[in-house]
Amino acid sequence: MRAALFWIFSTAAVGSALGVVGSLRSPINSALSLVVSMLALAGLYILLEAQFVGLIQVMVYAGAIVVLFLFVIMLLNLRGSGAAGAENQPIAKALGALVAVAGTLWLARTLAASRAPWPDVEASFGTTQAIGEALYTDYVLSVQVAGVLLLAGIVAAVVLAKKKID
Amino acid sequence: MGDISGFHFQIVAALIFSIGALGVLLRRNMIVMFMSIELMLNAANLSLVSFSRELGNDQGQILAFMVMVVAAVEVAVGLAIIISLVRNRDTVNIEDTSQLKW
Amino acid sequence: MTGHENAALRWIPLLPLVAAALSGLWLVFARRELPRAAVIALACGAPIASFAISVVQVFQLATALPADARYYTDNLYTWISAGDFHAELAFLLDPLSAVMVLVVTGVGSLIHIYAVGYMDDDHREDHGFQRFFAYLNLFTFSMLMLVLGDNLLVMFVGWEGVGVCSYLLIGFWYLESANAAAGMKAFVVNRIGDFGFLLGIFLLFWAFAAAGVPTIEFREMAANVGLVAGQTLAVPDWLSFVPGYPSVPLLTLACLCLFVGACGKSAQIPLYVWLPDAMAGPTPVSALIHAATMVTAGVYMVCRMSFAFSLSPGAQATVAWTGALTAFFAATIGLAQNDIKKVLAYSTVSQLGYMFMAAGVAAYSAAIFHVMTHAFFKALLFLGAGSVILGMHHEQDITRMGGLRRRMPVTWLTFLVGVIAIAGVPPFAGFFSKDEILLAANLAHDIPGHHTLWLIGLATAFLTAFYMFRLYYLVFTGHSRADHHTQDHIHESGKWVLVPLVVLAVLSLIGGFFGLPDAYGELVGVQESNSLHHFLQPVVNAPAHEIDHATEFRLAALITAIGLAGIALATLLYYWRKDLVAGIVSALGPLYALVRDKYRIDELYDLVIVRPLGAISRGILARGVDQGLIDGVGVNGTASFVRATADGALKYLQTGFAQSYLLAMVLGGALLVAWLVRGA
Repeated sequence: MRAALFWIFSTAAVGSALGVVGSLRSPINSALSLVVSMLALAGLYILLEAQFVGLIQVMVYAGAIVVLFLFVIMLLNLRGSGAAGAENQPIAKALGALVAVAGTLWLARTLAASRAPWPDVEASFGTTQAIGEALYTDYVLSVQVAGVLLLAGIVAAVVLAKKKID
Repeated sequence: MGDISGFHFQIVAALIFSIGALGVLLRRNMIVMFMSIELMLNAANLSLVSFSRELGNDQGQILAFMVMVVAAVEVAVGLAIIISLVRNRDTVNIEDTSQLKW
Repeated sequence: MTGHENAALRWIPLLPLVAAALSGLWLVFARRELPRAAVIALACGAPIASFAISVVQVFQLATALPADARYYTDNLYTWISAGDFHAELAFLLDPLSAVMVLVVTGVGSLIHIYAVGYMDDDHREDHGFQRFFAYLNLFTFSMLMLVLGDNLLVMFVGWEGVGVCSYLLIGFWYLESANAAAGMKAFVVNRIGDFGFLLGIFLLFWAFAAAGVPTIEFREMAANVGLVAGQTLAVPDWLSFVPGYPSVPLLTLACLCLFVGACGKSAQIPLYVWLPDAMAGPTPVSALIHAATMVTAGVYMVCRMSFAFSLSPGAQATVAWTGALTAFFAATIGLAQNDIKKVLAYSTVSQLGYMFMAAGVAAYSAAIFHVMTHAFFKALLFLGAGSVILGMHHEQDITRMGGLRRRMPVTWLTFLVGVIAIAGVPPFAGFFSKDEILLAANLAHDIPGHHTLWLIGLATAFLTAFYMFRLYYLVFTGHSRADHHTQDHIHESGKWVLVPLVVLAVLSLIGGFFGLPDAYGELVGVQESNSLHHFLQPVVNAPAHEIDHATEFRLAALITAIGLAGIALATLLYYWRKDLVAGIVSALGPLYALVRDKYRIDELYDLVIVRPLGAISRGILARGVDQGLIDGVGVNGTASFVRATADGALKYLQTGFAQSYLLAMVLGGALLVAWLVRGA
């Protein structure tokens, strides 16, 4: 059952990833593919007993970040982007593709050994309570820093996107 | 879980990462490039969570959480930059922003 | 060394240095002159004080110490200390340096006093007065370092110092480019000699170090010279014409190199050409530097190194013959000169030749004796000439002088004394020193052709008497040939000028008695009357010549007769029958013109040496090396290379496309990860 879920979710994730990158029509298509990819990844997280992370994935990524993308696309009134005109730097593109494929295959070879079965984990593994406890005790500093980072991000976004500095 | 092991999740993560990398390098639409970057970040998260489950340690998930926080900030700021860039040049093509050429 | 230390020695050179530093630095920082009286007090006080100290110390040296250990040393500090080798900044007062010190400070003080009167005439607004005395004191300091140094390095410091001061003082009135050029010429020719001097020092050090005694201190070298006497240097095959092939004695080579230095400093052939040009400097400078002191440094150096020269017959012969030839050669040029200072300049070169001739035949004390008497009468003659120049309102051409006897009586009388002294008429000073030199030449059986040397010496004595009296008659006797305006203004000089003249005249008269040969002394019952010779004996180690008194008197009479003959001829041509001169000159025609133009040696040097060197400098070194290689390849070439690299290759990394940067990042990141994972 889980294996089947795994194949479904991973196929969806990879496929929509291809859709994000390869969709030559409007960027809206890319954004919607991205949503699908995010949701598929959330599914994979749940399969990995990472409930909190999966939840956050849906809430933050699919629910906020992609929405933000869509806002910007519509704000800027972008029509089709397409691949108008000849592509520059064909060598670079070929090289990049080669690296990507080679990297994946090499990784496969390297990790070929680790097909060991997973250890058993307690039921509270990956739950909100468990993660929350860890965050606010062992990693509280990181949480505070993340808070400051978010603040900086807010200010930066507001300032950068203004039309004119009065 | 059948014969699914951490290995499979890593392959998926690697694939999504490569696709994202290709997207960053090959697409010229700034928005789509940015989305590809998000794909790469997600792939890294997947890898982290997968290892976390494999080792029985929740540190990987916490790190993945932090990555998400940073990704959110990054998207906000990055999109703000893209907005002002597009406003100034009226183009969303990355090749039109090559003023730092020699 | 205890018992021989004397801390007073350092003040002899230091006082003039302090005076020079004070005057000089005052001018540099305050940019105006001190009051005249202060300048005079400082400038004259220092050499006079040095003279006083010297007198006291020399007296103590002569009376308090036994003849075989007669020296004082004063060690300031160790300058160089390298392994076994030590070179100290130290002074040595022994009989040889004692004589030199007294001459330098004594005659020097008189000339400083004279210069006060001479330079006062020039009220120029360029602080010339104070600057002049600063330079003059600096020169005195350098000269004293030279004569008091106890090793070759300190002597060399003084040697270079006097060269620099000579340059500064010759070109003192630097606004005239001819004066500056003369100063440059003096310095450059001197430097050529100095190169030889340095080679000599190195060779000597090498020889002594190879023998196990690494030293350049005079007393130590003299004590150990036996160890190096046999050392030789192998001669390479392409130099097989060198006498002594396949090897030359190292000591002889070193002495020859040292002698080259002496030729430069003391104006011998072929490096004499700077001395006549040096007359462009003020007359006190000509008197002090180019007559009494600096030019005698070469003679002093040869005498100081007598322990080495005595073991190098080749070097000695070279010194003797160079001296004799220079003496004769310069005397012939002096016959035809019409500038009062040029006549005296060539006479100086000629007399220096005599001194080297003496040193060459190992009559070192005779050479020093002549240094002393020459200092007296040559300084006197130069100072007298200066007085004449002042009185004639800066006229120097003797064909426009005449009849100054009546208008400038003191100058006339003192000049006459000087002229008689240089002509070698007894009992004036010049006679005794010249006599001793010629006697030594006559008896020097070791030197090849010594009899010819003697004859050359006699001929030169004849010429000397002749042209000096020619000078005298043309300047002081007969009717004045100057224009009326100058004639009206002819006046005797002030007492600052006249007093030194009188003192020097007295010394020229009685100075010879310091070295009265024993033969004469015995006539009046005085034993060992040649006090100078006996005083110097332990240092210069020259054996007294064995000759019977009758021969000595005969030779002396011969010299006197020759001197008087020269005077007679001059009196004939320039006093009684002045009309004959024009006929003789036109009969000699081009020969006379050649002599008057100093045999065109300067022109020859210019053609053969100066112009090619200049062409090489301009064409090869300046254009080729400096502009082409250093500027072109080095500086500009490096810049263009950097530019080409950046413009041709590096700039293409900065495409401005974000995606190519990203590609670079991805590739780099992939490589990094691969490297880390592989565990490299």
